Amino acid sequence: MYTPVKCYHPYYGPFDPCPPIRTKCYQTPPNLYLGFQPMNLQQYPLQEALYKGTLWPCLYDPYPTPVPKGGKG
Amino acid sequence: MWFYEKKLQYPVKVTECNPRLAKYLIEQYGGADGELSAALRYLNQRYTIPDKVIGLLTDIGTEEFAHLEMIATMIYKLTKDATPEQMKEAGLGAHYANHDHALYYQNAAGSPWTATYIAAKGDPIADLYEDIAAEEKARATYQWIINMSDDPCLNDSLKFLREREVIHSQRFREAVEILKFEKDRKQFF
Repeated sequence: MYTPVKCYHPYYGPFDPCPPIRTKCYQTPPNLYLGFQPMNLQQYPLQEALYKGTLWPCLYDPYPTPVPKGGKG
Repeated sequence: MWFYEKKLQYPVKVTECNPRLAKYLIEQYGGADGELSAALRYLNQRYTIPDKVIGLLTDIGTEEFAHLEMIATMIYKLTKDATPEQMKEAGLGAHYANHDHALYYQNAAGSPWTATYIAAKGDPIADLYEDIAAEEKARATYQWIINMSDDPCLNDSLKFLREREVIHSQRFREAVEILKFEKDRKQFF
C-alpha cells in the first residue's frame, strides 16, 4: 500500500548527548511511484486545482502529511 | 520571448514582520537548489536536449521564474519595515551592512549565487536526472522551511510551491521515459 512517509528507528547510544529522537521519517511523494502518467485520470475542479498546486489527485501530496485516523501523532 | 502577467502565480500573504524567516527563505532565492538556479538550469539545458522535451524545459523554466517572484515577494514583505536592530537580531546584520533592505541572490548562509550551482552536461539523461534531483532537493528545502515557520499564511504559499516541485519532478521523470522509448524504437530499423 502507498504511504507518503516512511519511518525507521535509528540507533541511540548510551552516551549520545541529546535526548533521542526514536523515530525518524522521510517523505516519499507520489511522483516516485506513478511512472508515466496514464491518460484520463481523475481531475480536481479548477478552483481547487489552483489552490492545491496540481490538477491531479494522484499527484497531490499535502505537507506536513496528515496523520491517518487512529494513527499516532 | 515572454509575456509578463502582472500578478503572482499564487497569492503571497505574510502575517508578521519576521526577518529571521526571510533569512531562511533566501535559500530558495539564491541558493544551489533555489528557484533562480532552477530557472537558469532548465532554460539553458533546453537548447541541447532532444526536440520532444524542449517544450517541457521551457515551460518549467518559465514557471520557476514565477516561483522566484513569489519568494522575492515573501522576503520583501518579511523584511520591509524591519529596523536595523531587528535585522541584526535576525542574523541579517551583515546583509543590512551590505544591502540595506535590498534582496540579493545568495543562500541562507550569505554565499552569493554562482553558476557552479547549475550543470549542463549535454547528455540528455544526465541532464534530466540532475533536474529530477534538483526538484527533489527543492522539495526538501521547502519542507525544512515549513518545519521552521509558524506563519500559517506564508506556509500556505510554501505548500503550494512544494507541490509544484513534486509535479515538476514527475514531468522530468516522464521526459526520461520518453527518451528511453525513442531509443528502443530505433532498434526496429
